[in-house]
Amino acid sequence: MSDALFTADFAATAWPAIALTLRLAAVTTVLLLLVGTPLAWWLARTPSRWREGAGALVTLPLVLPPSVLGFYMLVLMGPHGPLGQLTQALGWGPLSFTFTGLVMGSIVYSLPFAVQPLRAAFTEMGPRPIEVALTLGASPLNAFVTVALPQARHALLSAAVLSFAHTLGEFGMVLMIGGNIPGQTRVLSTLIYGHVEAMEYAQAHVLAAGMAVFAFVALLALAWLQGRQNSSRS
Amino acid sequence: MKFSAIVTALLVIGCISAQAQDVQVAVAANFSAPMQKIAAAFEKETGHKVALSFGATGKFYAQIHNGAPFAVLLAADQETPARLVREGLGVAGTQFTYATGQLVLWSAQSGVVDSQGAVLANLASGQRNAKLAVADARLAPYGAAAQQVLAQRGLSESLKPFLVTGENIGQAHQFVKTGNALMGFVALSQVMVDGRIDSGSAWLVPASLHAPIRQDGVLLKNAENQPAAKALMQYLRSDTARAVIRAHGYLL
Repeated sequence: MSDALFTADFAATAWPAIALTLRLAAVTTVLLLLVGTPLAWWLARTPSRWREGAGALVTLPLVLPPSVLGFYMLVLMGPHGPLGQLTQALGWGPLSFTFTGLVMGSIVYSLPFAVQPLRAAFTEMGPRPIEVALTLGASPLNAFVTVALPQARHALLSAAVLSFAHTLGEFGMVLMIGGNIPGQTRVLSTLIYGHVEAMEYAQAHVLAAGMAVFAFVALLALAWLQGRQNSSRS
Repeated sequence: MKFSAIVTALLVIGCISAQAQDVQVAVAANFSAPMQKIAAAFEKETGHKVALSFGATGKFYAQIHNGAPFAVLLAADQETPARLVREGLGVAGTQFTYATGQLVLWSAQSGVVDSQGAVLANLASGQRNAKLAVADARLAPYGAAAQQVLAQRGLSESLKPFLVTGENIGQAHQFVKTGNALMGFVALSQVMVDGRIDSGSAWLVPASLHAPIRQDGVLLKNAENQPAAKALMQYLRSDTARAVIRAHGYLL
């Protein structure tokens, strides 16, 4: 309950949490771009009748409360859940209370933030540029990488920044599947929550204000970059 | 015209619901099951209406500080009600212990926890690799009690790698119930049904191994002159209420 700020204790819990939060957001963002880009391409292109259903599924984490996601993750990852049984059969042990588990949860949680901008960009682009590239003899993968991706660079940037920022702000699910282990699953948002609950408002303020400023700067930088690219394109 | 009609309707609804909720009570999450029964009996007996909110004591403290309209706080500790009285938000002289919690080491699987808690030493010596769930000792009295038990047994350090921490005792229970943690220190009230532990395996931790988990209630300042709130405080000490509290695994 001490209000003494910047004690050794405060720093000792804050820095690992900050480092872990950044690592979680970075790993999640990279994986999300790898998974989200082909997924968004498929959603934008496919004539499949499963498209709308898949699209709705991808968007679901946007509207579901994190407690629902966290609860299902906990049950799925548990020793009786399908995911837990799979990881145990593979000899990895359960995913709950691990960094890997948090990454998996974050990918689901931030999926719409990566897929939506990319899907919109690919839809807007239409089939034409790829068709031209294919006619000129490019392989499909080559056409995608050299034609489609550069045209969608705005969307890639948006997807990356939003995924990163959204993962930083993840809370409810981490709380439910994390177990608050220092250096493994105790991220900034859960640390702040702990400070608030313990009535250590001064510590909570420092971290909360830091996060708010960081998120604002990230979004501002994104808007600025996009504005610059838009003006350079016209 | 349409807008003002909506506003009027909302105001009317607001007034009705405000009148229907005579006593607003903030209840520590671990006490939710007995309190629902007690409130129902109280409503039946007195005709007053009770609205229950369940949550973490620390959160209620922050909300009460920021003008939450609670009449009574049934906290999970003694410190929070005492602090509210000191700060003038609780009514002096109304604080009392409504229940004393009992700690239990519980596993959802049968045959995991023995009746002496020796399984803790096995876990510490590496004979088992599993997670032990506890509530955050800073936030939850049951978490603090669990840490005292580990310290008493000299296992605080050796069990550290196996600990997973819930922000409250409800979450610690959830970790164990879903099998994500093999065992955990939870409140007896969470695993007790009809006066006995109905599933898994458990060690009822002797009260001598930790400081008593006394849970205090306090009348809050904005209900100082509210008869229904005072009546509820009185009712919590009645034989009817005490029988319910005991049946849920609390001491009195």
